[in-house]
Amino acid sequence: MDETSAWSWEHAAAVLPDLLEGLQITVLATVVGMVIASVLGLVVAMVRRSGLRVVTIPVGFLVEFIRSTPLLVQLVFANLLFTQFPSLTIGCVVLGVHYATYMSEVYRAGIDAVPKGQWEAAVALDLPRSRTWGAVVLPQAIRNTLPGLGNYAVSMFKETPFLFAIAVVEMYTAAQQYGADTFRYMEAITMAGLLFLLVSYPTSLLVRRLENRLA
Amino acid sequence: MPENDTTPAIEFQGVVKRFGDNVVLDGLDFTVAQGDRVTLIGPSGSGKTTILRLLMTLEEANEGLILIDGDPYTHEMRGGKRVAIPDKRRSLVRRRVGMVFQQFNLFPNMTVLENIIEAPIHVLGKSKAEATTIAEALLDKVGLAEKRDERPTKLSGGQQQRVAIARALAMEPEILLLDEVTSALDPELVADVLGVLRNIAETTDITMLIVTHEMQFAREVSNRVLMFDKGKIIEEADPETIFTSPTHERTQEFLRAVL
Repeated sequence: MDETSAWSWEHAAAVLPDLLEGLQITVLATVVGMVIASVLGLVVAMVRRSGLRVVTIPVGFLVEFIRSTPLLVQLVFANLLFTQFPSLTIGCVVLGVHYATYMSEVYRAGIDAVPKGQWEAAVALDLPRSRTWGAVVLPQAIRNTLPGLGNYAVSMFKETPFLFAIAVVEMYTAAQQYGADTFRYMEAITMAGLLFLLVSYPTSLLVRRLENRLA
Repeated sequence: MPENDTTPAIEFQGVVKRFGDNVVLDGLDFTVAQGDRVTLIGPSGSGKTTILRLLMTLEEANEGLILIDGDPYTHEMRGGKRVAIPDKRRSLVRRRVGMVFQQFNLFPNMTVLENIIEAPIHVLGKSKAEATTIAEALLDKVGLAEKRDERPTKLSGGQQQRVAIARALAMEPEILLLDEVTSALDPELVADVLGVLRNIAETTDITMLIVTHEMQFAREVSNRVLMFDKGKIIEEADPETIFTSPTHERTQEFLRAVL
């Protein structure tokens, strides 16, 4: 009893290779998820701004639906529904779609923050819609959204352990597996937590610096 | 294009503009001849800026018609009914109209040069080289040739406004709308901007519609002054007459307050 409850530095070290391997999957899922969230979020924001009720109403409903149900439920549900795809793919897509609903709000705020005068200047120059968006509004709006994007990236990174539920071996799952094999859960989970902290804290600091620079 | 010299550059026919219950323009009729320099004066809320915004399609009239060189702009009469003209057709007329704003509204994500060549390239279909040559000549004209690669945010208000003037001129407008272009500037920067505008007035035949509080400038540059009150023109005359011997009581009051 004594032997298993005492902290073991040997186990803490032994779990590291597994965790680092898991960390790669964690980072991969975050990066792919954020790419999907960034692109899809922008599409959603622009669709919702179009004012075409045929599309804004269903898209609005979908966004509310996704935001009002837990990520964990969505992951398991999608995994049951799309059995033909690898779990990691499903994990990345569900993370991406889930965060796209948040990112769309960040974009919406970013677009709203572009001064009205910018739109008016575009009209006065008779710029086509594609240039108004592509050359004037979005470059300014996206600058406004960078801190939000960074914050959600950190937040998504910390939510990747949910992928455990669909058997993707990211860092937390790797820790669980090590714990199951050796009964050294405490070391495995502690080290996993530390690694999460090691990545997310410096990233948050970077995001905060970015926020200050853009402010 | 003007059909002949007598076709007005701008014609308002019974234009009504309401914001909610507030009637800003109340059945306005007026014409501006080709090459006229018209200054609109009057207390704030009298509808001057709204006229410019209607001409730039930033607002839409509730009733009446606006013609540019005799061409219907935003609405036309078809079978006795007033119908909106689709944006594609509006845009062809809008291209002849340029505007300079109180707040400059330069694009901060582009350099000075990029601000100026954006529309000539993407609206008029000019090549980048041609647009750049024109832009450099215009920057020279407004005295900012050396700022072509700067970001607008690095410039003073007066410099930004001169870039905005160059940007509007790069579209080779027949009509130029100037909406309180010196109101946001520090007093010592006003003279440069007015100098540039005076130069344009002297060297081009662009029709100009000017909303300003700079009465001296209005006097020098314009050949007609319209006094607005409550959405109507209450007095109009050449600047000499209106500034020295206004007839309407409201005009006298207004000029006493601003001069």
